[in-house]
Amino acid sequence: MKITINNQEYQAKSGQTVLEVARENEIKIPTLCYSEHLSITGACRLCIVEIENGQLVPACATPVSEGMKIETDSEEVYEARKTVIDLLLSDHPLTCMTCEANGDCKLQDLAYEYGLEESSYGIKEAPRFEIQQENPFIVFDPDKCIICGKCVRADQELQCSMAIDFSERGFKTKVAAAFDEGLGGDESSCVFCGLCVENCPTGALKYKPAIRKGRDYDLRKERTTCPYCGVGCQLELQIKDNEVVKVASIYDKDSPNPAGEACVKGRFAYDYINHPDRLRKPLIKKDGEFVEVSWEEALNYTAERLQEIKEKDGPQALAGLSSAKCTNEENYLMQKFMRAVIGTNSVDHCARLCHASTVAGLARAFGSGAMTNSIAETADSDLFFIIGSNPTENHPVIGSMMKRALAKGTKLIVADPREIELSSWADVNIHQQPGSDVALVNAMINVIINEGLHDKEFIKERTINFDLIASTIEDYTPETAEKISGVPAEEIRKAARLYAKADRAAIYFAMGITQHKTGTDNVLALANLAMVTGNVGKKGAGVNPLRGQNNVQGACDLGALPNVYPGYQKVEDPAMQEKFAEAWGIEPDTENGLTVVEIFNEAGKDIKGIYIMGENPVLSDPDQNHIKQALEDLEFLVVQDIFMTETAEYADVVLPAASFAEKSGTFTNTERRIQLVNPAVESPGEAKPDWQIISMLASKMGYAMDYAHPAEIMAEIASLTPIYGGVYHGRLREKTLQWPCPDRRHAGTKFLHEGEFARGKGKFHPVTYLPPAEKVDADYDYIMMTGRMLYHFHTGTMTRRSAAINAQEADAYVEINCKDAKRLGIKENDRVKVTSRRGEVETYARVGDRVQPGQMFMPFHYAESPANRLTNPVLDEKAKIPELKVTAVKLEKIS
Amino acid sequence: MENYDLQKLDPIIENYRGKAGSLIPVLHKVQTEIGYLPIEAQKYVADSLQLPYSKVFGVATFYTQFSLEPKGEYVIHVCDGTACHVRGSTDILKELREQLELTEEKITTDDLQFTLETVSCLGACGLAPVMTINDKVYGGMTPEKIKNVLAELDGSDQ
Ligand code: SF4
Ligand code: SF4
Ligand code: SF4
Ligand code: FES
Ligand code: FES
Repeated sequence: MKITINNQEYQAKSGQTVLEVARENEIKIPTLCYSEHLSITGACRLCIVEIENGQLVPACATPVSEGMKIETDSEEVYEARKTVIDLLLSDHPLTCMTCEANGDCKLQDLAYEYGLEESSYGIKEAPRFEIQQENPFIVFDPDKCIICGKCVRADQELQCSMAIDFSERGFKTKVAAAFDEGLGGDESSCVFCGLCVENCPTGALKYKPAIRKGRDYDLRKERTTCPYCGVGCQLELQIKDNEVVKVASIYDKDSPNPAGEACVKGRFAYDYINHPDRLRKPLIKKDGEFVEVSWEEALNYTAERLQEIKEKDGPQALAGLSSAKCTNEENYLMQKFMRAVIGTNSVDHCARLCHASTVAGLARAFGSGAMTNSIAETADSDLFFIIGSNPTENHPVIGSMMKRALAKGTKLIVADPREIELSSWADVNIHQQPGSDVALVNAMINVIINEGLHDKEFIKERTINFDLIASTIEDYTPETAEKISGVPAEEIRKAARLYAKADRAAIYFAMGITQHKTGTDNVLALANLAMVTGNVGKKGAGVNPLRGQNNVQGACDLGALPNVYPGYQKVEDPAMQEKFAEAWGIEPDTENGLTVVEIFNEAGKDIKGIYIMGENPVLSDPDQNHIKQALEDLEFLVVQDIFMTETAEYADVVLPAASFAEKSGTFTNTERRIQLVNPAVESPGEAKPDWQIISMLASKMGYAMDYAHPAEIMAEIASLTPIYGGVYHGRLREKTLQWPCPDRRHAGTKFLHEGEFARGKGKFHPVTYLPPAEKVDADYDYIMMTGRMLYHFHTGTMTRRSAAINAQEADAYVEINCKDAKRLGIKENDRVKVTSRRGEVETYARVGDRVQPGQMFMPFHYAESPANRLTNPVLDEKAKIPELKVTAVKLEKIS
Repeated sequence: MENYDLQKLDPIIENYRGKAGSLIPVLHKVQTEIGYLPIEAQKYVADSLQLPYSKVFGVATFYTQFSLEPKGEYVIHVCDGTACHVRGSTDILKELREQLELTEEKITTDDLQFTLETVSCLGACGLAPVMTINDKVYGGMTPEKIKNVLAELDGSDQ
């Protein structure tokens, strides 16, 4: 249709608002309460425009109609807007001088534009409210609030935390958290994602740690990728001098967080970058003490010692640990260093401890180990089946997107031994016994097949081996599964029917599935479930492992695994050996190398030296005492990190590395999206990016690595890695890409296995239930699970050095059920001792009903209460992932 | 409230569970039952109806008929609509506050006898300035009349 704005004709589509059409055509209309990401309320009346008969209407809330005539700049419009601003100013403090928002405030801009020095309705003499700032993250000054409601809508519609709403009425109206006790109040559901702050047009909501650190015009801005979890949020670092002082939002529809979403870690846990503990100089241990040395000395010494071991005991006596925190380019170089410079395939990283079983399982079933679908497709699913994953804490931005879909009617099944936040949203809420997943999922398949709910056509056209599972499944009636999993048979039936009947059903899982002795089987069972119902290769469906670390996907993709070269090209495949031998000019190691846990088992025996980049196995790996012993038994240990970690203490050489904020490169998020990391600040002291350190060390050892920039490394990756074949830094500056992206013209892939599986036909694998390795007995009578919590990350090296985060969540804890607590006489915050067959840990008790009686949950972030001193290193046969989720322990109160 | 057993609210809530727009009627009934809307009761309602605390609090503070504080036996509403305002409602209010030792923030006497609130136009402008006590209308008020009205109530009580 055609409409006329300011006497000029424009094309418009029905359903568009006047504001949208105006913006499309770059006609300026000021707004305060409008955001394209939020619902429209038309509350502020600032976007007033004039239509026929001099009627004044809000442009944001007025749909266009054929032949509509609109004036955006008439005298009447001007006066009406001026009155609105005048009224707002009459109840607004004129304190721009000291306001954090000065220079970045819509109200200030408008007052300036309309020449209103002060309100003609009088000046606000004294504040009417108190400033609320009882939490470490966000300050709220209601006197600066213009009641536009954007924060409330951002919280309720995007973040879905329902933490804030309007309270009171009329002149007393105020945005308030529960019972007006502030965002940090006991009953507040705020999780400090900061989205309300980002949406606030004035200085009413501000980040507390950034107060007086500089205002908008003082700050330099750099887009980058969050260094924490696998969601890979795009963030804007704001920098003053050489310090990151604030993290703001990026709005890019081509990113995992298009509406500028983030979580408390991405938003607030940045001060570790500038922490005084950062390593500044290379260190060599001399007579048991670390002394600072020059790079030259450190590199020469390291090269010499590595060379010595290589000559004396052979390349297989050395092993490397790469890092899911480092960039793709660095992971590529690390595995290249081990394979080309040293000559061994023994390179691995902590993906072994989280998703090795995913990669093993999904590669077998589908031909690719990655998340099949994309984050944005949460909006397209009819049902989520979330098993062994706690998205709202571990992948918070995905958790919020799921809640958005749930609010619109998407169905939900949650299966988790613990009551997680999403459990209360579930249509079917299941608490299975830890380690009973195969029985549970098999029984769901049993119901689906017996009730004829399976997708016969999909099974016939697209898969093989269905008969094999059909017969195995017969044994797993819901009643049998009830005995194993503790889940009532009727609930299993309900879940199975709900899942099978949904058109687009998406499975989401994480460590609750993978960190088991039967991890690979668990994953295979889920793959079977998805294939039985035809839920692979279509939008909004799939089998979706949520990857934990920012770049664990990339570290796997780039071959930081002992059995594959970059792009999952097998090291035991002669064609691949030849390809890489030629590309790298080497004699390749032709056998699979050792995995993380195997490397530590062999330490001091077959393995004499380890090169660790950005990992902290003392805290992250199972059976801490064993790891410590292994590190002591080594002849030579090099650790390259940004802090002196618990692991680095054992090193002979410590090399200071640059943090994510100080280097270029790329991370690949959980949905296979490759995104740029950009340097924002200078490294402290002499710290250098890992890619440079590896290159220098390689060159010292006589293997030239002359890369001027990570972009050159990516070009080499693209030439050798088909799934990254079209990935170049230049392209990524324009647009993020999801692999497979085989060539420069390819736009990337949103969901996998469309029309055909990566391996051709999807393959069913019959799996049977095996109990966890450890059982409870009279002495060790509780099952302990480990995991993460919202505020901290991994071994805490970064988050625990963030002042704001630590102010919120400083202490380690173990969750126990109130019934158990009562029996043992334990109260909230009591000191308790948790003992397993391998060690003991003291910590604080958290009593409640999140865990079932007989079970416990302990986050593993805390060096002083290391959960992994207790865990069991028994391995999954196929993927070599340890069973971190089931440890038999006993619990005592410390008096 | 201290000893109020929140489970007594279950039958009230039960009638509304799963129905859209049930929050306001439930809060009404709860207020009738307890006399006001203590935070504990708001939480109980929120948990039972699966609504966010922030929302229940928002609604409970939005409507003037809800109160978060216990109210006195006599609830006095002084009209502050335009007509009453011009005819001196401010003085009435001032006098009442003095007599009852109340302020803008403290609106209920410690002995829970009186609660004093302002409201907008009561629809009896002809009688301005107007106040009501437990829905009984007192028109043409003057500060002088206040003492008698209060004394009467106190007396009738004993
Ligand atoms: S910080 Fe996030 S969770 Fe908290 S009120 Fe703001 S939008 Fe809601
Ligand atoms: S706090 Fe900011 S975003 Fe929220 S209503 Fe007030 S001005 Fe708007
Ligand atoms: S930790 Fe994950 S969810 Fe949070 S901001 Fe970073 S990438 Fe986003
Ligand atoms: S922007 Fe249109 S009413 Fe606020
Ligand atoms: S103004 Fe008081 S009754 Fe109308």
